[in-house]
Amino acid sequence: MVSHLTKRFGDRSAFEDVSFEVAHGEVFGFLGPNGAGKTTTVRTLGTLIAPTSGSAVVAGIPLSAATGAEIRQLISIMPENPGLYLRLTVQENLELFAGLYGLHSPRARIDAALETVNLAPRARDLCGRLSKGLRQRVGLARALLSDPLVMFLDEPTSGLDPVASRDVHDLIAGLRQRGVTVFLTTHRLEEAERLCDRVAILNTRLLDVGPPEQLRMQLFRSSLVVETAARLPAPEAVFTPEMGVDTWTREGDATYVLSVAEPRMAAPRVTRALVAAGADVVSIAVSHHSLEDVYLELVEADPEAGR
Amino acid sequence: MIGLDVGRLFAVARKEAREYRRTPFIIGAMAVLPLIFMINPVITIFAIGATVKAATVSKAVGATFLVLLVVPAIIPASIAAYSVVGERDQGTLEPLLTTPVRRGEILIGKALVAAVPAVGIAYILFAVAVILAHFFAGNPTVAATLTEGSHILAQVLFAPLLAVWSIGVGTAISARSSDVRVAQQLGTLASLPPLAATALVSFQIVPLGVWTAVGFGLGLLVIDIAMWRGVVATFDRERLITGSRAQRARGVGADSHEVRRIQA
Repeated sequence: MVSHLTKRFGDRSAFEDVSFEVAHGEVFGFLGPNGAGKTTTVRTLGTLIAPTSGSAVVAGIPLSAATGAEIRQLISIMPENPGLYLRLTVQENLELFAGLYGLHSPRARIDAALETVNLAPRARDLCGRLSKGLRQRVGLARALLSDPLVMFLDEPTSGLDPVASRDVHDLIAGLRQRGVTVFLTTHRLEEAERLCDRVAILNTRLLDVGPPEQLRMQLFRSSLVVETAARLPAPEAVFTPEMGVDTWTREGDATYVLSVAEPRMAAPRVTRALVAAGADVVSIAVSHHSLEDVYLELVEADPEAGR
Repeated sequence: MIGLDVGRLFAVARKEAREYRRTPFIIGAMAVLPLIFMINPVITIFAIGATVKAATVSKAVGATFLVLLVVPAIIPASIAAYSVVGERDQGTLEPLLTTPVRRGEILIGKALVAAVPAVGIAYILFAVAVILAHFFAGNPTVAATLTEGSHILAQVLFAPLLAVWSIGVGTAISARSSDVRVAQQLGTLASLPPLAATALVSFQIVPLGVWTAVGFGLGLLVIDIAMWRGVVATFDRERLITGSRAQRARGVGADSHEVRRIQA
Protein backbone atom coordinates (compact mmCIF):
# COMPACT_ATOMS: atom_id res chain seq x y z
CA MET A 1 0.00 0.00 0.00
CA VAL A 2 1.36 3.39 -0.99
CA SER A 3 -0.15 6.56 0.46
CA HIS A 4 0.65 10.10 -0.69
CA LEU A 5 4.22 9.15 -1.42
CA THR A 6 6.44 11.96 -2.70
CA LYS A 7 10.10 12.12 -3.58
CA ARG A 8 11.88 15.38 -4.33
CA PHE A 9 15.49 16.02 -5.21
CA GLY A 10 15.90 19.65 -4.24
CA ASP A 11 13.22 21.58 -6.12
CA ARG A 12 12.56 18.79 -8.59
CA SER A 13 9.86 16.21 -7.96
CA ALA A 14 10.68 12.68 -9.02
CA PHE A 15 7.10 11.71 -8.18
CA GLU A 16 4.40 13.53 -6.28
CA ASP A 17 1.55 12.41 -4.02
CA VAL A 18 1.37 8.88 -5.37
CA SER A 19 -1.18 6.52 -3.78
CA PHE A 20 -2.20 3.02 -4.81
CA GLU A 21 -2.60 -0.49 -3.46
CA VAL A 22 -1.33 -3.76 -4.85
CA ALA A 23 -3.03 -6.97 -3.76
CA HIS A 24 -1.15 -10.11 -2.77
CA GLY A 25 -0.36 -12.21 -5.83
CA GLU A 26 -1.25 -9.45 -8.27
CA VAL A 27 0.77 -8.53 -11.35
CA PHE A 28 0.78 -4.76 -11.22
CA GLY A 29 2.00 -2.76 -14.20
CA PHE A 30 3.71 0.58 -13.77
CA LEU A 31 3.68 2.64 -16.95
CA GLY A 32 4.85 6.10 -17.81
CA PRO A 33 7.09 8.09 -20.11
CA ASN A 34 10.83 8.49 -19.56
CA GLY A 35 11.48 10.60 -16.45
CA ALA A 36 8.00 9.95 -15.06
CA GLY A 37 9.44 8.66 -11.77
CA LYS A 38 8.88 4.94 -12.26
CA THR A 39 12.39 3.80 -11.37
CA THR A 40 12.58 6.24 -8.44
CA THR A 41 9.29 4.84 -7.15
CA VAL A 42 10.66 1.31 -7.37
CA ARG A 43 13.86 2.39 -5.62
CA THR A 44 11.82 4.06 -2.90
CA LEU A 45 9.61 1.04 -2.34
CA GLY A 46 12.72 -1.13 -2.46
CA THR A 47 14.18 0.95 0.44
CA LEU A 48 17.11 2.17 -1.61
CA ILE A 49 16.10 5.80 -1.28
CA ALA A 50 13.93 7.52 1.28
CA PRO A 51 10.68 9.25 0.38
CA THR A 52 10.42 12.96 1.11
CA SER A 53 6.92 12.45 2.48
CA GLY A 54 4.10 9.94 2.47
CA SER A 55 4.01 6.36 3.67
CA ALA A 56 4.07 2.88 2.25
CA VAL A 57 3.73 -0.71 3.39
CA VAL A 58 5.86 -3.15 1.41
CA ALA A 59 5.46 -6.91 1.83
CA GLY A 60 3.36 -6.19 4.91
CA ILE A 61 6.03 -4.05 6.59
CA PRO A 62 5.77 -0.27 6.98
CA LEU A 63 8.53 1.56 5.14
CA SER A 64 10.67 3.28 7.75
CA ALA A 65 14.22 3.99 8.84
CA ALA A 66 14.34 0.82 10.89
CA THR A 67 12.73 -1.67 8.52
CA GLY A 68 14.91 -1.36 5.40
CA ALA A 69 16.84 -4.62 5.84
CA GLU A 70 13.68 -6.48 6.92
CA ILE A 71 11.81 -5.38 3.79
CA ARG A 72 14.75 -6.15 1.53
CA GLN A 73 14.78 -9.69 2.93
CA LEU A 74 11.23 -10.23 1.63
CA ILE A 75 11.46 -8.58 -1.77
CA SER A 76 13.70 -8.70 -4.78
CA ILE A 77 14.42 -6.06 -7.36
CA MET A 78 15.66 -6.70 -10.86
CA PRO A 79 16.92 -3.43 -12.35
CA GLU A 80 16.79 -2.85 -16.11
CA ASN A 81 20.51 -3.55 -16.26
CA PRO A 82 20.91 -6.87 -14.43
CA GLY A 83 24.29 -5.74 -13.05
CA LEU A 84 26.09 -9.06 -12.97
CA TYR A 85 29.70 -9.57 -11.96
CA LEU A 86 31.10 -10.35 -15.37
CA ARG A 87 34.29 -12.00 -14.11
CA LEU A 88 32.28 -14.48 -12.05
CA THR A 89 30.36 -17.46 -13.34
CA VAL A 90 26.58 -17.62 -13.32
CA GLN A 91 26.73 -19.90 -10.29
CA GLU A 92 29.18 -17.66 -8.43
CA ASN A 93 26.93 -14.66 -9.01
CA LEU A 94 24.02 -16.57 -7.55
CA GLU A 95 26.14 -17.89 -4.65
CA LEU A 96 26.89 -14.30 -3.66
CA PHE A 97 23.22 -13.38 -3.54
CA ALA A 98 22.28 -16.64 -1.80
CA GLY A 99 24.79 -15.65 0.86
CA LEU A 100 23.47 -12.09 1.12
CA TYR A 101 19.92 -13.37 1.62
CA GLY A 102 21.20 -15.95 4.14
CA LEU A 103 19.50 -18.81 2.30
CA HIS A 104 19.50 -22.30 3.73
CA SER A 105 20.47 -25.00 1.19
CA PRO A 106 21.79 -22.41 -1.26
CA ARG A 107 22.91 -25.01 -3.78
CA ALA A 108 19.39 -26.42 -4.15
CA ARG A 109 17.90 -22.91 -4.45
CA ILE A 110 20.45 -21.93 -7.07
CA ASP A 111 19.76 -25.08 -9.07
CA ALA A 112 15.99 -24.47 -8.86
CA ALA A 113 16.31 -20.83 -9.94
CA LEU A 114 18.52 -21.80 -12.88
CA GLU A 115 16.09 -24.53 -13.89
CA THR A 116 13.23 -22.02 -13.82
CA VAL A 117 14.98 -19.74 -16.31
CA ASN A 118 16.40 -22.65 -18.35
CA LEU A 119 19.99 -21.79 -17.57
CA ALA A 120 21.15 -24.87 -15.69
CA PRO A 121 23.58 -25.94 -18.44
CA ARG A 122 25.27 -22.52 -18.38
CA ALA A 123 25.89 -22.42 -14.60
CA ARG A 124 29.67 -22.56 -14.97
CA ASP A 125 29.91 -19.98 -17.76
CA LEU A 126 31.42 -16.60 -17.00
CA CYS A 127 28.68 -13.95 -17.10
CA GLY A 128 30.89 -11.78 -19.28
CA ARG A 129 30.57 -14.37 -22.04
CA LEU A 130 26.78 -14.49 -22.03
CA SER A 131 24.51 -12.67 -24.48
CA LYS A 132 22.28 -9.85 -23.23
CA GLY A 133 19.26 -12.14 -23.21
CA LEU A 134 21.05 -14.74 -21.12
CA ARG A 135 22.31 -12.09 -18.71
CA GLN A 136 18.73 -10.92 -18.29
CA ARG A 137 17.77 -14.48 -17.45
CA VAL A 138 20.56 -14.69 -14.85
CA GLY A 139 19.15 -11.47 -13.38
CA LEU A 140 15.75 -13.11 -13.17
CA ALA A 141 17.22 -16.23 -11.56
CA ARG A 142 18.90 -13.97 -9.02
CA ALA A 143 15.59 -12.22 -8.31
CA LEU A 144 13.87 -15.60 -7.83
CA LEU A 145 16.57 -16.98 -5.57
CA SER A 146 15.22 -15.72 -2.26
CA ASP A 147 11.63 -16.79 -3.04
CA PRO A 148 10.43 -13.20 -2.53
CA LEU A 149 6.91 -12.10 -1.59
CA VAL A 150 7.19 -9.11 -3.90
CA MET A 151 9.26 -8.87 -7.06
CA PHE A 152 10.05 -5.54 -8.69
CA LEU A 153 10.92 -6.08 -12.33
CA ASP A 154 12.20 -3.01 -14.16
CA GLU A 155 11.87 -3.47 -17.93
CA PRO A 156 12.54 -7.23 -17.74
CA THR A 157 12.24 -7.74 -21.50
CA SER A 158 14.24 -4.70 -22.53
CA GLY A 159 16.54 -5.65 -25.40
CA LEU A 160 15.31 -9.23 -25.59
CA ASP A 161 14.29 -10.96 -28.80
CA PRO A 162 10.65 -12.12 -29.15
CA VAL A 163 11.38 -15.69 -28.06
CA ALA A 164 13.30 -14.58 -24.97
CA SER A 165 10.54 -12.05 -24.19
CA ARG A 166 7.94 -14.78 -24.41
CA ASP A 167 9.96 -16.88 -21.96
CA VAL A 168 9.99 -13.96 -19.52
CA HIS A 169 6.24 -13.48 -19.97
CA ASP A 170 5.69 -17.17 -19.21
CA LEU A 171 7.86 -16.81 -16.15
CA ILE A 172 5.84 -13.84 -14.88
CA ALA A 173 2.63 -15.76 -15.50
CA GLY A 174 4.14 -18.61 -13.47
CA LEU A 175 4.97 -16.22 -10.63
CA ARG A 176 1.35 -15.11 -10.47
CA GLN A 177 0.28 -18.74 -10.11
CA ARG A 178 2.76 -19.14 -7.25
CA GLY A 179 1.22 -16.16 -5.46
CA VAL A 180 4.18 -13.82 -5.91
CA THR A 181 3.23 -10.15 -6.17
CA VAL A 182 4.90 -8.71 -9.25
CA PHE A 183 5.49 -4.99 -9.71
CA LEU A 184 6.27 -4.67 -13.40
CA THR A 185 7.74 -1.49 -14.83
CA THR A 186 7.62 -1.53 -18.60
CA HIS A 187 7.47 0.58 -21.72
CA ARG A 188 5.90 -2.27 -23.64
CA LEU A 189 2.21 -1.61 -23.42
CA GLU A 190 1.18 -4.84 -25.08
CA GLU A 191 3.26 -6.62 -22.45
CA ALA A 192 1.45 -4.78 -19.65
CA GLU A 193 -1.91 -5.47 -21.26
CA ARG A 194 -1.18 -9.15 -21.57
CA LEU A 195 0.38 -9.73 -18.15
CA CYS A 196 -0.99 -7.21 -15.69
CA ASP A 197 -4.12 -7.50 -13.59
CA ARG A 198 -4.01 -3.75 -13.10
CA VAL A 199 -1.83 -0.94 -14.34
CA ALA A 200 -0.89 2.47 -12.98
CA ILE A 201 0.03 5.27 -15.35
CA LEU A 202 2.51 7.70 -13.85
CA ASN A 203 3.77 11.02 -15.10
CA THR A 204 5.32 12.37 -11.91
CA ARG A 205 1.75 12.28 -10.59
CA LEU A 206 -0.39 9.19 -10.80
CA LEU A 207 -2.74 9.67 -13.74
CA ASP A 208 -4.89 6.57 -13.31
CA VAL A 209 -4.94 3.09 -11.83
CA GLY A 210 -7.08 0.12 -12.74
CA PRO A 211 -7.48 -2.98 -14.87
CA PRO A 212 -6.67 -2.22 -18.53
CA GLU A 213 -10.28 -2.97 -19.51
CA GLN A 214 -11.67 -0.57 -16.92
CA LEU A 215 -9.34 2.21 -18.03
CA ARG A 216 -10.49 1.67 -21.60
CA MET A 217 -14.13 1.89 -20.53
CA GLN A 218 -13.48 5.06 -18.55
CA LEU A 219 -11.78 6.84 -21.39
CA PHE A 220 -13.41 5.57 -24.51
CA ARG A 221 -17.07 4.86 -25.27
CA SER A 222 -17.61 1.58 -27.03
CA SER A 223 -18.12 1.85 -30.73
CA LEU A 224 -19.16 -0.26 -33.70
CA VAL A 225 -17.46 0.03 -37.06
CA VAL A 226 -19.89 -0.67 -39.91
CA GLU A 227 -18.81 -1.06 -43.52
CA THR A 228 -21.37 -1.25 -46.29
CA ALA A 229 -20.91 -2.02 -49.99
CA ALA A 230 -22.11 1.48 -50.93
CA ARG A 231 -22.68 4.77 -49.18
CA LEU A 232 -26.04 4.77 -47.35
CA PRO A 233 -28.57 7.23 -48.79
CA ALA A 234 -30.04 8.08 -45.36
CA PRO A 235 -27.79 6.84 -42.52
CA GLU A 236 -29.59 9.01 -39.96
CA ALA A 237 -32.69 6.86 -40.51
CA VAL A 238 -30.76 3.69 -39.62
CA PHE A 239 -28.35 4.79 -36.89
CA THR A 240 -30.98 5.94 -34.38
CA PRO A 241 -31.17 5.89 -30.60
CA GLU A 242 -33.78 3.13 -30.92
CA MET A 243 -31.02 0.98 -32.42
CA GLY A 244 -28.81 1.79 -29.40
CA VAL A 245 -26.70 4.32 -31.31
CA ASP A 246 -25.83 7.56 -29.51
CA THR A 247 -23.87 9.30 -32.26
CA TRP A 248 -22.28 8.31 -35.54
CA THR A 249 -19.68 9.57 -38.02
CA ARG A 250 -18.74 8.51 -41.52
CA GLU A 251 -15.12 7.62 -42.20
CA GLY A 252 -14.19 7.12 -45.81
CA ASP A 253 -16.81 6.37 -48.42
CA ALA A 254 -18.98 3.75 -46.77
CA THR A 255 -17.56 3.16 -43.30
CA TYR A 256 -19.46 4.38 -40.27
CA VAL A 257 -18.29 4.58 -36.66
CA LEU A 258 -21.20 4.33 -34.24
CA SER A 259 -20.91 5.34 -30.60
CA VAL A 260 -22.93 2.84 -28.55
CA ALA A 261 -23.46 2.07 -24.88
CA GLU A 262 -23.85 -1.71 -25.31
CA PRO A 263 -22.10 -3.05 -28.41
CA ARG A 264 -23.46 -6.59 -27.95
CA MET A 265 -27.06 -5.34 -27.97
CA ALA A 266 -26.62 -2.66 -30.63
CA ALA A 267 -24.77 -4.79 -33.22
CA PRO A 268 -27.68 -7.20 -34.08
CA ARG A 269 -30.21 -4.34 -34.14
CA VAL A 270 -28.07 -2.21 -36.44
CA THR A 271 -27.45 -5.20 -38.71
CA ARG A 272 -31.19 -5.87 -38.99
CA ALA A 273 -31.93 -2.19 -39.64
CA LEU A 274 -29.28 -2.06 -42.38
CA VAL A 275 -30.67 -5.16 -44.08
CA ALA A 276 -34.21 -3.76 -43.79
CA ALA A 277 -32.99 -0.54 -45.42
CA GLY A 278 -31.62 -2.58 -48.33
CA ALA A 279 -27.94 -2.01 -47.54
CA ASP A 280 -25.32 -4.63 -48.34
CA VAL A 281 -23.33 -5.09 -45.10
CA VAL A 282 -19.65 -5.89 -45.70
CA SER A 283 -18.62 -6.02 -42.04
CA ILE A 284 -19.69 -4.92 -38.59
CA ALA A 285 -17.20 -5.04 -35.70
CA VAL A 286 -16.72 -3.77 -32.16
CA SER A 287 -13.95 -1.19 -32.12
CA HIS A 288 -11.24 -2.16 -29.62
CA HIS A 289 -9.12 0.50 -27.94
CA SER A 290 -5.74 -0.79 -26.85
CA LEU A 291 -3.91 0.05 -23.62
CA GLU A 292 -1.69 2.14 -25.83
CA ASP A 293 -4.70 4.32 -26.71
CA VAL A 294 -5.45 4.70 -23.01
CA TYR A 295 -1.84 5.51 -22.23
CA LEU A 296 -1.52 8.09 -24.98
CA GLU A 297 -4.85 9.68 -24.07
CA LEU A 298 -3.83 10.06 -20.42
CA VAL A 299 -0.22 11.09 -20.91
CA GLU A 300 -0.87 13.55 -23.73
CA ALA A 301 -3.77 15.13 -21.84
CA ASP A 302 -1.56 15.58 -18.79
CA PRO A 303 -0.25 19.14 -18.39
CA GLU A 304 3.08 17.66 -17.24
CA ALA A 305 3.51 15.96 -20.60
CA GLY A 306 5.05 18.90 -22.35
CA ARG A 307 7.54 19.64 -19.60
CA MET B 1 28.30 -1.58 12.61
CA ILE B 2 26.36 -3.52 15.24
CA GLY B 3 24.62 -6.76 14.30
CA LEU B 4 26.91 -7.89 11.50
CA ASP B 5 25.96 -11.18 9.88
CA VAL B 6 29.06 -13.32 9.37
CA GLY B 7 27.45 -15.23 6.49
CA ARG B 8 26.76 -12.05 4.51
CA LEU B 9 30.18 -10.66 5.36
CA PHE B 10 31.77 -13.88 4.13
CA ALA B 11 29.66 -13.80 0.94
CA VAL B 12 30.94 -10.30 0.13
CA ALA B 13 34.54 -11.27 0.94
CA ARG B 14 34.38 -14.42 -1.18
CA LYS B 15 33.00 -12.47 -4.12
CA GLU B 16 35.79 -9.90 -3.81
CA ALA B 17 38.46 -12.62 -3.61
CA ARG B 18 37.06 -14.36 -6.69
CA GLU B 19 37.03 -11.11 -8.64
CA TYR B 20 40.63 -10.27 -7.68
CA ARG B 21 41.77 -13.75 -8.61
CA ARG B 22 40.38 -13.25 -12.10
CA THR B 23 41.82 -9.75 -12.55
CA PRO B 24 45.38 -10.08 -13.82
CA PHE B 25 46.15 -6.40 -13.15
CA ILE B 26 45.50 -6.76 -9.43
CA ILE B 27 47.43 -10.00 -9.09
CA GLY B 28 50.26 -8.52 -11.15
CA ALA B 29 50.41 -5.36 -9.02
CA MET B 30 50.37 -7.40 -5.81
CA ALA B 31 53.24 -9.53 -7.09
CA VAL B 32 55.42 -6.81 -8.64
CA LEU B 33 55.09 -3.96 -6.12
CA PRO B 34 56.55 -5.94 -3.19
CA LEU B 35 59.48 -7.03 -5.35
CA ILE B 36 60.20 -3.38 -6.17
CA PHE B 37 60.00 -2.44 -2.52
CA MET B 38 62.45 -5.23 -1.62
CA ILE B 39 65.21 -3.75 -3.79
CA ASN B 40 66.20 -1.08 -1.28
CA PRO B 41 66.33 -3.36 1.78
CA VAL B 42 68.37 -5.97 -0.10
CA ILE B 43 70.89 -3.35 -1.28
CA THR B 44 71.10 -1.94 2.24
CA ILE B 45 71.68 -5.32 3.77
CA PHE B 46 74.45 -6.21 1.35
CA ALA B 47 76.03 -2.75 1.16
CA ILE B 48 76.76 -2.33 4.85
CA GLY B 49 80.30 -3.42 5.46
CA ALA B 50 81.59 -5.30 8.50
CA THR B 51 83.36 -2.23 9.90
CA VAL B 52 80.37 0.15 9.71
CA LYS B 53 79.46 1.59 13.10
CA ALA B 54 76.31 0.46 14.93
CA ALA B 55 74.74 3.94 14.78
CA THR B 56 75.04 4.04 10.99
CA VAL B 57 73.62 0.52 10.74
CA SER B 58 70.70 1.57 12.86
CA LYS B 59 69.94 4.53 10.57
CA ALA B 60 70.13 2.35 7.46
CA VAL B 61 67.88 -0.27 9.00
CA GLY B 62 65.42 2.50 9.97
CA ALA B 63 65.17 3.62 6.35
CA THR B 64 64.65 0.00 5.29
CA PHE B 65 61.98 -0.32 7.91
CA LEU B 66 60.08 2.64 6.46
CA VAL B 67 60.25 1.21 2.94
CA LEU B 68 58.79 -2.06 4.20
CA LEU B 69 55.92 -0.17 5.84
CA VAL B 70 55.02 1.55 2.58
CA VAL B 71 53.89 -1.83 1.24
CA PRO B 72 50.78 -2.38 3.42
CA ALA B 73 49.78 1.25 2.80
CA ILE B 74 50.25 1.27 -0.97
CA ILE B 75 49.09 -2.20 -2.03
CA PRO B 76 45.45 -1.99 -0.88
CA ALA B 77 45.03 1.71 -1.74
CA SER B 78 44.08 1.39 -5.38
CA ILE B 79 41.98 -1.74 -4.69
CA ALA B 80 39.99 0.09 -2.01
CA ALA B 81 39.63 3.15 -4.21
CA TYR B 82 38.10 0.96 -6.92
CA SER B 83 35.81 -0.95 -4.56
CA VAL B 84 32.67 1.23 -4.64
CA VAL B 85 33.05 3.40 -7.73
CA GLY B 86 34.05 0.28 -9.67
CA GLU B 87 30.83 -1.48 -8.64
CA ARG B 88 28.83 1.59 -9.64
CA ASP B 89 30.71 1.76 -12.93
CA GLN B 90 29.85 -1.82 -13.90
CA GLY B 91 26.25 -1.54 -12.67
CA THR B 92 26.59 -4.06 -9.85
CA LEU B 93 26.18 -1.65 -6.95
CA GLU B 94 22.41 -1.25 -7.15
CA PRO B 95 21.62 -4.99 -7.21
CA LEU B 96 24.00 -5.43 -4.26
CA LEU B 97 22.25 -2.69 -2.28
CA THR B 98 18.80 -4.18 -2.94
CA THR B 99 19.69 -7.16 -0.75
CA PRO B 100 19.44 -7.27 3.07
CA VAL B 101 23.21 -6.74 3.35
CA ARG B 102 24.17 -3.96 5.76
CA ARG B 103 26.73 -1.34 4.91
CA GLY B 104 29.10 -2.60 7.61
CA GLU B 105 29.04 -6.06 6.06
CA ILE B 106 29.84 -4.68 2.62
CA LEU B 107 32.62 -2.46 3.92
CA ILE B 108 34.26 -5.05 6.17
CA GLY B 109 33.89 -7.82 3.57
CA LYS B 110 35.63 -5.69 0.98
CA ALA B 111 38.24 -4.39 3.44
CA LEU B 112 39.21 -7.86 4.65
CA VAL B 113 40.04 -9.07 1.17
CA ALA B 114 42.16 -6.01 0.50
CA ALA B 115 43.86 -6.01 3.92
CA VAL B 116 44.77 -9.67 4.40
CA PRO B 117 47.07 -10.00 1.36
CA ALA B 118 48.61 -6.55 1.97
CA VAL B 119 49.45 -7.30 5.60
CA GLY B 120 50.52 -10.84 4.72
CA ILE B 121 52.89 -9.57 2.04
CA ALA B 122 54.28 -6.92 4.44
CA TYR B 123 55.03 -9.60 7.05
CA ILE B 124 56.57 -11.89 4.44
CA LEU B 125 58.82 -9.08 3.16
CA PHE B 126 59.96 -8.31 6.70
CA ALA B 127 60.67 -11.99 7.29
CA VAL B 128 62.63 -12.21 4.03
CA ALA B 129 64.63 -9.11 5.01
CA VAL B 130 65.47 -10.66 8.39
CA ILE B 131 66.48 -13.99 6.79
CA LEU B 132 68.66 -12.25 4.19
CA ALA B 133 70.28 -10.13 6.90
CA HIS B 134 70.88 -13.17 9.10
CA PHE B 135 72.53 -15.29 6.43
CA PHE B 136 74.05 -12.85 3.96
CA ALA B 137 74.65 -9.43 5.57
CA GLY B 138 78.33 -8.52 5.87
CA ASN B 139 77.67 -6.81 9.20
CA PRO B 140 76.08 -8.93 11.94
CA THR B 141 74.56 -5.81 13.55
CA VAL B 142 72.08 -5.55 10.67
CA ALA B 143 70.25 -8.77 11.60
CA ALA B 144 70.44 -7.93 15.29
CA THR B 145 68.93 -4.48 14.70
CA LEU B 146 66.15 -5.81 12.49
CA THR B 147 65.17 -8.47 15.02
CA GLU B 148 65.07 -6.15 18.02
CA GLY B 149 61.83 -6.61 19.90
CA SER B 150 60.75 -3.02 19.28
CA HIS B 151 61.27 -3.38 15.51
CA ILE B 152 59.27 -6.60 15.31
CA LEU B 153 56.53 -5.14 17.50
CA ALA B 154 56.38 -2.00 15.36
CA GLN B 155 56.19 -4.03 12.18
CA VAL B 156 53.45 -6.27 13.59
CA LEU B 157 51.41 -3.32 14.85
CA PHE B 158 51.98 -0.73 12.12
CA ALA B 159 51.42 -2.92 9.05
CA PRO B 160 47.74 -3.72 9.71
CA LEU B 161 46.99 -0.23 11.04
CA LEU B 162 48.48 1.41 7.95
CA ALA B 163 46.57 -1.02 5.73
CA VAL B 164 43.32 -0.26 7.57
CA TRP B 165 43.90 3.48 7.11
CA SER B 166 44.70 3.05 3.45
CA ILE B 167 41.63 0.89 2.80
CA GLY B 168 39.31 3.14 4.77
CA VAL B 169 40.36 6.36 3.12
CA GLY B 170 40.36 4.66 -0.29
CA THR B 171 36.83 3.36 0.27
CA ALA B 172 35.61 6.80 1.40
CA ILE B 173 37.05 8.39 -1.74
CA SER B 174 35.55 5.59 -3.83
CA ALA B 175 32.09 6.12 -2.32
CA ARG B 176 32.18 9.84 -3.17
CA SER B 177 33.84 9.58 -6.57
CA SER B 178 32.24 9.15 -9.97
CA ASP B 179 35.42 8.31 -11.86
CA VAL B 180 37.47 5.19 -11.25
CA ARG B 181 40.79 6.74 -12.34
CA VAL B 182 40.42 9.81 -10.13
CA ALA B 183 39.42 7.62 -7.19
CA GLN B 184 42.49 5.41 -7.59
CA GLN B 185 44.89 8.33 -7.86
CA LEU B 186 43.43 10.11 -4.85
CA GLY B 187 43.24 6.86 -2.91
CA THR B 188 46.92 6.13 -3.42
CA LEU B 189 47.83 9.68 -2.44
CA ALA B 190 45.64 9.62 0.65
CA SER B 191 47.20 6.36 1.85
CA LEU B 192 50.55 8.02 2.51
CA PRO B 193 50.07 10.60 5.35
CA PRO B 194 50.25 8.11 8.24
CA LEU B 195 53.65 7.05 6.94
CA ALA B 196 54.86 10.45 8.13
CA ALA B 197 54.29 9.24 11.69
CA THR B 198 56.22 6.06 11.10
CA ALA B 199 58.98 8.08 9.42
CA LEU B 200 59.58 9.82 12.75
CA VAL B 201 60.46 6.44 14.19
CA SER B 202 62.29 5.14 11.13
CA PHE B 203 64.58 8.16 10.93
CA GLN B 204 65.05 8.02 14.70
CA ILE B 205 63.63 11.50 15.27
CA VAL B 206 61.66 9.64 17.90
CA PRO B 207 63.76 6.75 19.28
CA LEU B 208 62.07 3.40 18.72
CA GLY B 209 61.36 1.40 21.83
CA VAL B 210 58.62 -0.96 22.87
CA TRP B 211 56.52 1.79 24.44
CA THR B 212 57.09 4.15 21.51
CA ALA B 213 55.85 1.41 19.18
CA VAL B 214 52.82 0.80 21.37
CA GLY B 215 52.14 4.55 21.63
CA PHE B 216 52.35 5.09 17.90
CA GLY B 217 50.24 1.98 17.37
CA LEU B 218 47.54 3.34 19.67
CA GLY B 219 47.68 6.69 17.91
CA LEU B 220 47.18 5.03 14.53
CA LEU B 221 44.38 2.93 15.98
CA VAL B 222 42.52 6.04 17.20
CA ILE B 223 42.98 7.71 13.80
CA ASP B 224 41.76 4.53 12.04
CA ILE B 225 38.64 4.29 14.21
CA ALA B 226 37.75 7.95 13.66
CA MET B 227 38.34 7.63 9.93
CA TRP B 228 36.21 4.46 9.64
CA ARG B 229 33.34 6.16 11.42
CA GLY B 230 33.48 8.72 8.65
CA VAL B 231 33.60 5.98 6.01
CA VAL B 232 30.46 4.35 7.38
CA ALA B 233 28.68 7.71 7.33
CA THR B 234 29.77 8.23 3.73
CA PHE B 235 28.38 4.87 2.68
CA ASP B 236 24.78 6.00 2.30
CA ARG B 237 22.51 3.93 0.04
CA GLU B 238 20.68 6.92 -1.40
CA ARG B 239 23.82 8.93 -2.04
CA LEU B 240 25.51 5.94 -3.67
CA ILE B 241 22.61 5.47 -6.09
CA THR B 242 21.40 8.99 -6.79
CA GLY B 243 24.44 11.08 -5.90
CA SER B 244 22.54 13.06 -3.28
CA ARG B 245 21.64 12.45 0.30
CA ALA B 246 18.09 12.00 1.59
CA GLN B 247 16.32 15.10 2.83
CA ARG B 248 13.95 14.91 5.72
CA ALA B 249 10.44 16.20 5.40
CA ARG B 250 9.64 19.41 7.22
CA GLY B 251 6.61 20.23 9.30
CA VAL B 252 6.06 17.05 11.26
CA GLY B 253 2.46 16.63 12.30
CA ALA B 254 -0.21 14.02 12.64
CA ASP B 255 -0.77 13.84 8.90
CA SER B 256 2.60 14.87 7.63
CA HIS B 257 3.72 11.29 6.89
CA GLU B 258 7.25 12.17 7.72
CA VAL B 259 9.60 9.43 6.67
CA ARG B 260 13.14 9.47 7.90
CA ARG B 261 16.13 8.48 5.89
CA ILE B 262 16.16 4.76 5.30
CA GLN B 263 19.40 3.42 6.44
CA ALA B 264 20.52 0.05 7.65
